[in-house]
Amino acid sequence: MFKQTLHISTSPHLVKGTSVEIIMRNVVWAMLPAAAFSVYVFGWNAALVLITSTLSCVLTEHVLCRLSKKRSTVSDWSAIITGLLLGLTLPPTFPLWMTFLGGVIAISVGKFLFGGLGYNVFNPALVGRAVLQGAFPVAITTWYDGFAADRFTTINSSLFAAPFMKPMVDGVSGATPLSAFKFDGVVTDTADLAFGFVSGSAGETSAILILLGGVYLALRNFMNWRIPVSILATVFILSGIFYWIDPSKYPSPLFMLFSGGLMLGAVFMATDMVASPITKWGVILYGAIIGTLIVVIRIWGGLPEGVMYAILLGNAISPHIDRLIRYRVYGTSLKSS
Amino acid sequence: MLTINRHTFKHGIHPPENKDETNGLPIRQFSFAPLIILPVAQHIGKPSKIIIREGQEVVRGQKLAESDGFLSVPLHSPASGIIRKIANVPTLSGKMTTGIYLEPFPSSTQEILEGDPIDLETATPEEILLGIQEAGIVGLGGAAFPTHAKLKIPEGKHCETLIINGIECEPYLTTDHRVMLEQPDDIFMGIRYLMKATGAKQTIIGIEANKQDAAEFLASKLTGKEPISVQVVPVKYPQGAEKMLITALMGKEVPSGGLPIDVHAVVVNVATTAEIGRLLPHGRGIQERVITITGPGVKKKGNYLIPIGTPLRYVLEQVGVDESISEVYMGGPMMGVAVGNLDISIVKGTSGIVVFNQKQVHRSAQVYPCIKCGACVDACPLSLNPSKLGILAKFESYDKMAEEYNLMDCFECGSCSFVCPSHIPLVQYFRLSKSIVRKRKSKNV
Ligand code: SF4
Ligand code: SF4
Repeated sequence: MFKQTLHISTSPHLVKGTSVEIIMRNVVWAMLPAAAFSVYVFGWNAALVLITSTLSCVLTEHVLCRLSKKRSTVSDWSAIITGLLLGLTLPPTFPLWMTFLGGVIAISVGKFLFGGLGYNVFNPALVGRAVLQGAFPVAITTWYDGFAADRFTTINSSLFAAPFMKPMVDGVSGATPLSAFKFDGVVTDTADLAFGFVSGSAGETSAILILLGGVYLALRNFMNWRIPVSILATVFILSGIFYWIDPSKYPSPLFMLFSGGLMLGAVFMATDMVASPITKWGVILYGAIIGTLIVVIRIWGGLPEGVMYAILLGNAISPHIDRLIRYRVYGTSLKSS
Repeated sequence: MLTINRHTFKHGIHPPENKDETNGLPIRQFSFAPLIILPVAQHIGKPSKIIIREGQEVVRGQKLAESDGFLSVPLHSPASGIIRKIANVPTLSGKMTTGIYLEPFPSSTQEILEGDPIDLETATPEEILLGIQEAGIVGLGGAAFPTHAKLKIPEGKHCETLIINGIECEPYLTTDHRVMLEQPDDIFMGIRYLMKATGAKQTIIGIEANKQDAAEFLASKLTGKEPISVQVVPVKYPQGAEKMLITALMGKEVPSGGLPIDVHAVVVNVATTAEIGRLLPHGRGIQERVITITGPGVKKKGNYLIPIGTPLRYVLEQVGVDESISEVYMGGPMMGVAVGNLDISIVKGTSGIVVFNQKQVHRSAQVYPCIKCGACVDACPLSLNPSKLGILAKFESYDKMAEEYNLMDCFECGSCSFVCPSHIPLVQYFRLSKSIVRKRKSKNV
């Protein structure tokens, strides 16, 4: 009896049983429907972009871990999230070498430079996307109409553009609904937007599927639901006010909600735990700030799509929000909190 | 009067309770071990001073060691027998301390020596406090803080409410539950002593909703002539922490760095209360206590009345444990201490023994960096920021932890570590940080 050596650990001796890996894996599951739908809409092109971005992120993470003589952190699934997210923000015909570069930048600059998982100030996928936006402004705004008859038979040649060559712009057709509205005053039907029958970046199309993924994560407590709710509510209310003032000049609040990368951004990007505040009230403020920025950039800024910059700005101020908004510590008076 | 209270403290967690296997089992008397080993440091404060010598015969209930100053209590013999030796013994913390080796007489009737009874009617509060000290009573909930010291109302303060803590929020443990069901008269007697000693005007017995039977039973014993009530509060960990219980029952917060008496309350564990009610009328000292022995690795789970000083190895042999035990905890699994050495003894503060075998792998070794998920922030009953505290601890910014993030308020309940998906040993960091801050402070004075 009692031959074993006893295992010693410090209290508590019970744990809830969640882990970073489980959370991250579920986020990946939640993104898959939206990813699958974008493949359905854009064909092999979108699939190639998503695969390339994911592979690039995972490879970069692995290589960087090895180079810094650390255990590879690929198994925590977070690099896959970054890869998928990045892929979903890109046009479905984005040249693959650029896509790959975006993944390398997202992981190396957006994540490793800050110290790896847990230390990144910004959502790494957005860092990758922002750099691509600056470097290849034409390619990244070159859209391609969904549901092309040949989408599962041919692959768009621009995907294979050779590095550092001006990509061949292959029959640029559909302007995205947002740029159509912004620059030409064309309004797309909201139902089309919600179900994803419009052109846009790979993951910007089906708001409904993105929302579904978000609801799943929120129900399983793997995502702070207050962030998307706060962002979406702010966008809806603010743009509603403008629409009410002058419906001919400003887009309707529903159009605002379902167009562009708003859903993707609100559900999957702004919710990056590391880059968002930690308290309940903190995230609500964070969401409200992002929502306001989105409306401001979309209506007055030079860019039709403000989600990316709005979230990056939100990420940047999130540590300050945490410093400002804290819970009142038990037994202390309100003023000292 | 029985009231159901829906209000409680903020945050907290819901670990699996695992109490069903033992909460229906009546308290059973444990036999005497062939050799009883009594460490003299069983409580917070100064160890007791030994007053017997090797080879001496002692009677059950006889004082073996006396208190050394105010923050100290005596130690009584749990059995009639002979003192074999006085030597160093291991303790739960890993440190060695002086211990008394007592060999009980197998044939003895084991009658208990009576001392000077404390008469409830005529004793002054001071005499009751002295009686509690002389009985060797410490917090039986696990803290092992000398009870008389806790009951001493500081100059200029006064006590309105006496709170009897029957929460037992630690998973697995059913000690207090059984005590409430089986020793109601002792509890009410204890309350009378405690009210007189503290000057409290009312008493609230706080019980968690998972012990509704105990609450109803105690409430049925109320005569209505005394200002005693029973309140049922929601099940949530760590509801049994003094501050959390006060907030649930009284709607008040104990100021940061303060004590319950700052909101005119004194909290006493229910088993401690029963012990006071049982011992003081006879002037006896504490010689045994109720302990829940449970966990997946135990064959005869149950609630046992075990003589203080019984070696843990003997206890485990009697109840039978699996071949493959891998973890043994003294106390509950949330705040209890892992046992590294089975040669330690049952002490006054041992409220439970929980045994796990190898099959229950309930821990993942992989520690990730903090992903700022916020789970710990929403778990901490004191609304601290364990995430930030953990990061600061890594950077060894102990002073900042204490000054800006209320480190010293943390009472190591373990809620933050329990929920952390990154498996960061937060509580371990905080324990260490606190002791460093305390050391720095004492150096500066
Ligand atoms: S629970 Fe763990 S990972 Fe989450 S914020 Fe707290 S310390 Fe960080
Ligand atoms: S151990 Fe300390 S920091 Fe963690 S939840 Fe408990 S009181 Fe809060």
